[in-house]
Amino acid sequence: MAEALQEVWIRGGKTAARVTADVCAPIERGPTALWYGAFAASVSVFLVGACAMAYTLSTGIGTWGLNRTVGWAFDITNFVFWIGIGHAGTLISAILFLFRQKWRTSVNRAAEAMTLFAVMCAGIFPLLHMGRPWFAYWVLPYPNTRGSLWVSFASPLLWDVFAISTYFVISAVFWYIGLIPDLATIRDRAKSETRRRIFGFFSLGWTGSARVWSHYEKAYLLLAGLATPLVVSVHTIVSFDFATSVIPGWHATIFPPYFVAGAIFSGMSMVLTLMIVARSVMGLEDYITDRHVDVMCRIILAVSCMVGLAYASEFFIAWYSGNPYERFVFVNRQMGPMAWAYWTMVSCNVITPQIFWFKSMRAKIGLVFAASLVINVGMWFERFVIIVTSLHRDFLPSSWVSYAPTSIEVATFAGSFGLFFTLFLLFCRFLPAIAMAEVKGILQPDLHGHGGAS
Amino acid sequence: MPARLASVPGETRDIVRETTISEHRKDPSSGNEPQRKHQSVWPEHVYEGHRWGMAVDLGACTGCSACVVSCQAENNVPVVGKDEVGRKRDMSWLRIDRYYADRDGDTDVVFQPMMCQQCGNAPCETVCPVLATMHSTEGLNQQIYNRCVGTRYCANNCPYKTRRFNWFQYQEEGRLSNLALNPDVTVRMRGVMEKCTFCIQRIQEAKFEAKGQGRAVRDGDIRPACAQSCPAQAIVFGDVNDPKSRVSQLRKDPRHYRVLAELNVEPSVGYMVKVRGRTAGAGGPEHG
Repeated sequence: MAEALQEVWIRGGKTAARVTADVCAPIERGPTALWYGAFAASVSVFLVGACAMAYTLSTGIGTWGLNRTVGWAFDITNFVFWIGIGHAGTLISAILFLFRQKWRTSVNRAAEAMTLFAVMCAGIFPLLHMGRPWFAYWVLPYPNTRGSLWVSFASPLLWDVFAISTYFVISAVFWYIGLIPDLATIRDRAKSETRRRIFGFFSLGWTGSARVWSHYEKAYLLLAGLATPLVVSVHTIVSFDFATSVIPGWHATIFPPYFVAGAIFSGMSMVLTLMIVARSVMGLEDYITDRHVDVMCRIILAVSCMVGLAYASEFFIAWYSGNPYERFVFVNRQMGPMAWAYWTMVSCNVITPQIFWFKSMRAKIGLVFAASLVINVGMWFERFVIIVTSLHRDFLPSSWVSYAPTSIEVATFAGSFGLFFTLFLLFCRFLPAIAMAEVKGILQPDLHGHGGAS
Repeated sequence: MPARLASVPGETRDIVRETTISEHRKDPSSGNEPQRKHQSVWPEHVYEGHRWGMAVDLGACTGCSACVVSCQAENNVPVVGKDEVGRKRDMSWLRIDRYYADRDGDTDVVFQPMMCQQCGNAPCETVCPVLATMHSTEGLNQQIYNRCVGTRYCANNCPYKTRRFNWFQYQEEGRLSNLALNPDVTVRMRGVMEKCTFCIQRIQEAKFEAKGQGRAVRDGDIRPACAQSCPAQAIVFGDVNDPKSRVSQLRKDPRHYRVLAELNVEPSVGYMVKVRGRTAGAGGPEHG
């Protein structure tokens, strides 16, 4: 047990000064050619998406592949997908903080940044999918001059507005509060006056005194407590969009836990994807070690089993309910015209992660990277299956149709990835990708030798 | 529709009900089953004045589609052309659903006019974030075009899929064909949802006229475009709060049933069991 408590999460016998130097190096030495290349590619993809968005805004939703029966498809699939990606950040930063999981310190900063950017990408779609997005502000309940017009508090879409905006704000604040000591470190190391001023402004006069640290730690703990319910609430409320409807395949009480598990699943996979790339590109293997990858793989395996259980329960309940419409939706998912999407989902989300039962598999970084990508593909298909296969054949067979996306929808989706990676690259370039102050906190047992109790 | 898995073998959906004339003579309720009243956790709507309803006789309907055309003309419903119809974006507020049944190598067809069912517990109304679709005091699900932001959630949640979305800007100023537009009906812009209103402009007109003459609205004063143009008079519209109205009488008929009543959406539109002019072999239809 004593050994377990002193597990070494940071390799290479780092000192505090070395941590600072290592983490600040990518920020201070300026961008590499690789960074420029990646940035140019991301911005280009984003611009392609921006053109598609502009075309949608100027012409209408008719530029998409939707029809009278399938009113949501790529748009809301992408929305739920990105919101799901955004879940791991708060899970790692808040819940794992409260559970005193020391390994989180190496990945929490990047995971929180990922959360923010993913929520931004998610936010594009509900705005863009509106027929008249220039009136999007009508979903906000504020005192207005439009007579007695108000919002409908019965609508799950309104709950979404609150859930997601709250999540974004709390995540941003949490991320920023966590950044302050590190921003002060960069300020103190700054060689140019401009840099010193900018980071000086954002570090809010941080002095690093014991009193400041004490206040800081309290604030961080409180914010972690505040953010924790959001991990559960956001995707629960997103699932209400479907669960409160009457459409077979949507109207399911299992959706809230099912969606939360799926969100953690996809979020963790995205963290893995990004971390594996970031640590090799930025030379941070000593901080994001193979052991970090190992624990994340184990979480993914656990959540994969939960998601698999949810798929099975849904199917069982559809049969057990005796409701012919419900039964048909599930048979249609597995054997209908979009069965390929269902089986892609199952093979990516339930079968692929089973390799993580083996330690040798979890140690193969290339394999883990590939699996994390596969899981993200699978989680996108999960949302596609839920949304499209339920809608396209509901109660009256006279309205059954098919759905295929247009190039505009695909470009918009690609553009959201472009935006995500553009923001993430800017983050890696200008801000410390690893929480230096927190990592230093878990160095301590190592510095004082191996015998001490902790 | 993709041919693959068009239906689950052995599964039938209770959408159209039919019987034969010989069965019908023996038992007027043959082919029909009682639909039970469901419980709701919400208080029910109270309709103190009128409550508009409709009854459609599946036996009388020949599928001629005059109702579809007259609805399109009356309500300024955009004509979107072959390509858009091919993309399943026809805008008709009223459509004729066709269901086929195989009868010993012969094909039976049932036509079912399907329009907004003006549900009492409307799934479309609760999901709109901006209250663009509201329940009227007369039981109509009113779509407020200038309030709609176009989330399409209402259309997704409609079990009958009768809501229509303006995918593009269909109407433009300065067209000669605008002279054919009905001045009593709002022209909708792109990005808003629309659907059957029970020809609310005609309801309003009849109410004003009756008020001007100092009398109540009489049964038959209001005829929506579909009912007016049906050569078989298969569509009957009226006030179900008036026990003497024709629609109230039809709702008590043993042939009367409502589609998807098991969802407890309380549709205001009812259908009359189709009675086939043959003597034996009253097989229930398979959907197609």
